Amino acid sequence: MSQNRRDILDIRDIANPANLSCPLPLLDHDTVQLAHGAGGRLSADLIEKLILPRFSSKELDPLEDQAVLDLPPGKLAFSTDTFVVDPLFFPGGDIGDLAINGTVNDVAMSGAEVIALSVGFVLEEGLPLSDLHRVLCSMQKAAARAGVKIVTGDTKVVGRGQCDRIFINTSGLGVVPEGIRLSASALKPGDRIILSGTLADHGMAVMTVREGLSFQSTVSSDTAPLNGLARVILDACPETRTMRDPTRGGAATTLNEFATASQVGIKLDEAAIPVRPEVQGACEILGIDPLYVANEGKLICIIPAEAADRVLSAMHNHEAGREAVILGDVVAEHPGLVTLRTSLGVERILDMPIGEQLPRIC
Amino acid sequence: MKFLDEFRDPELARGLLAKISSTVTRPWTIMEICGGQTHSIMRHGIDQLLPPEITLVHGPGCPVCVTPLETIDRALAIAEISDLIFTSFGDMLRVPGSRDDLFRVKSRGGDVRMVYSPLEALKLARGNPNREVVFLAVGFETTAPGNAMALKQAVAEGLSNFSQIVSHVLVPPAMEAILGSATNQVQGFLAAGHVCSIMGWEEYEPIAAKYRVPIVPTGFEPVDILDGILKTVQLLEADDPGVHNRYLRVVRQQGNPAARAVVDEVYSLCDRKWRGIGLIPGSGLAIRDELAAFDAEKKFAVGHIKTQESEICISGEIMQGLKKPDECPAFGRECTPLNPLGATMVSSEGACAAYHKYSRKGLL
Repeated sequence: MSQNRRDILDIRDIANPANLSCPLPLLDHDTVQLAHGAGGRLSADLIEKLILPRFSSKELDPLEDQAVLDLPPGKLAFSTDTFVVDPLFFPGGDIGDLAINGTVNDVAMSGAEVIALSVGFVLEEGLPLSDLHRVLCSMQKAAARAGVKIVTGDTKVVGRGQCDRIFINTSGLGVVPEGIRLSASALKPGDRIILSGTLADHGMAVMTVREGLSFQSTVSSDTAPLNGLARVILDACPETRTMRDPTRGGAATTLNEFATASQVGIKLDEAAIPVRPEVQGACEILGIDPLYVANEGKLICIIPAEAADRVLSAMHNHEAGREAVILGDVVAEHPGLVTLRTSLGVERILDMPIGEQLPRIC
Repeated sequence: MKFLDEFRDPELARGLLAKISSTVTRPWTIMEICGGQTHSIMRHGIDQLLPPEITLVHGPGCPVCVTPLETIDRALAIAEISDLIFTSFGDMLRVPGSRDDLFRVKSRGGDVRMVYSPLEALKLARGNPNREVVFLAVGFETTAPGNAMALKQAVAEGLSNFSQIVSHVLVPPAMEAILGSATNQVQGFLAAGHVCSIMGWEEYEPIAAKYRVPIVPTGFEPVDILDGILKTVQLLEADDPGVHNRYLRVVRQQGNPAARAVVDEVYSLCDRKWRGIGLIPGSGLAIRDELAAFDAEKKFAVGHIKTQESEICISGEIMQGLKKPDECPAFGRECTPLNPLGATMVSSEGACAAYHKYSRKGLL
């Protein structure tokens, strides 16, 4: 094992997310000022008092213009994502853990061991520093939970109205071990489709608190890192065809992308689709199909039939995969199309979504 | 999930299908009024399970689909007024006007906001006393009470910066228009359950008697719909027209009198043009004259707008049960959800959207 792998394990040992405390440091201002991004004393204050204590690592602490990393052998996986969620805080999470988990998951879906993240902030003048602090704390906890270090970053401040409070970009680096080659075009008829848990939790949690739509519910986001579960799947079945976390556009979009890329058909069983009752209820009220709603802590993997049961039971032993189910099969018929067997036994199309799902009128 | 799983139960559905098959002896054409029912039928594949004697045609009960083009164009013009907050149900945002839709107005800088309840629009009016807030009030009898309530509340609070564009439509006049047409093919109706939850079913009795058709208030889940079809077929086979409520857990004979009273207080009957179908006398609701100050179409001068409807769209024939969506030459070609020629292709209750989403012939 390389020096770097040991570092990752060390982080897991010291930074148990449950033990992290997050006191708000004393600062000269209550809100973000333009000067916090101007490179002077206030900038240094923001970085040293607010940001560094949350993201400390041996690569970040010297505050060089770049991080220099030792990497284990293998192919490099590299991904980036930008987070602009409204509202910033929602049941079950906030923009901070979303920004960490989102990129961790994008990198992990290649089969890579996730090594390091960069974080870039765009802050709007006037943002309460307590909000920024809250976001930073949840990023720290999420990174510790995923066992990933933040090694470089950047902060910009823009004038009031030039962004919406806080935008976060994260990029992630990982290393794909030898022998792992996942691809959306690798599906073969006979393969089985496994989903790691319930659908639509994140999208509906955000929707229930969005302006103009708010209603009381107990729906909570599923935001979570999937790198541990991905490792479990690949250990149980190195021949896994592909994995993807169905975020925007939901499971229907991911499966349509797979069917198109591999030119195979996909058949799902409606009865097998797991949706929490409270999420189902919110979807029914708004007229929204959970198959099209975003998830932030679920993955879909395509497994050769003979390994499917083995992978499923391995997933059941991991916290992120306890509710994993076999969702359906890859077939040779209707290449490029996903179909759903309804509870009445009829087969119908499960199409790509057209745009954002809009609540119906009545 | 309670109140849902029972009504999606495959065993119950199979039992009802068997009863329908053993009851039917001749071909019948039945129209489900509501677009929500159309989507449920396509989503669960009910159309594929019915005996070949039964043809389901899809009614005009999609509020977005029948909102006249003029109203949409006027709404778009109002939404472009600077500093105004324009609010709408989400489903209206993608509906094509002559040249535009509300999403495009928003992208050009219009302050267009989606609300789930008209009371949210009222909240915006309270919170922004120096800005005009307009709500696009569309829908059938189902949404009219909520929209009327918002207007009533605005009047009570003296919120002079709140107004509505009202394009409410009513089901019974549309049924009469369909039944009275020389080309009518509809022999029985599944009435829209949620409309009946407000209005009850007494107003359907004269229609059932005059045109000798069965009218069956029906719910939206597969078991509801199959149960409604079974009742309709039984009445057709027995030549026993009349109104028989089958949405028993929701619909009462009188509907919801309190809701109806609010509607009467704020809105009055008017003639209304239905998109794709034409003018139907007494088929709409408009803001009462004494409340004209809350009528956005009077408040903002947008009367002179030239509309241009697609020449090849046959949504009107589809909504009268004369054609099915996949019989339209433009279906899935010139007309897709991304590039719709008519509102029936974009609304979550539109028949063309349901066919495009769940069953494109030749693909499966």
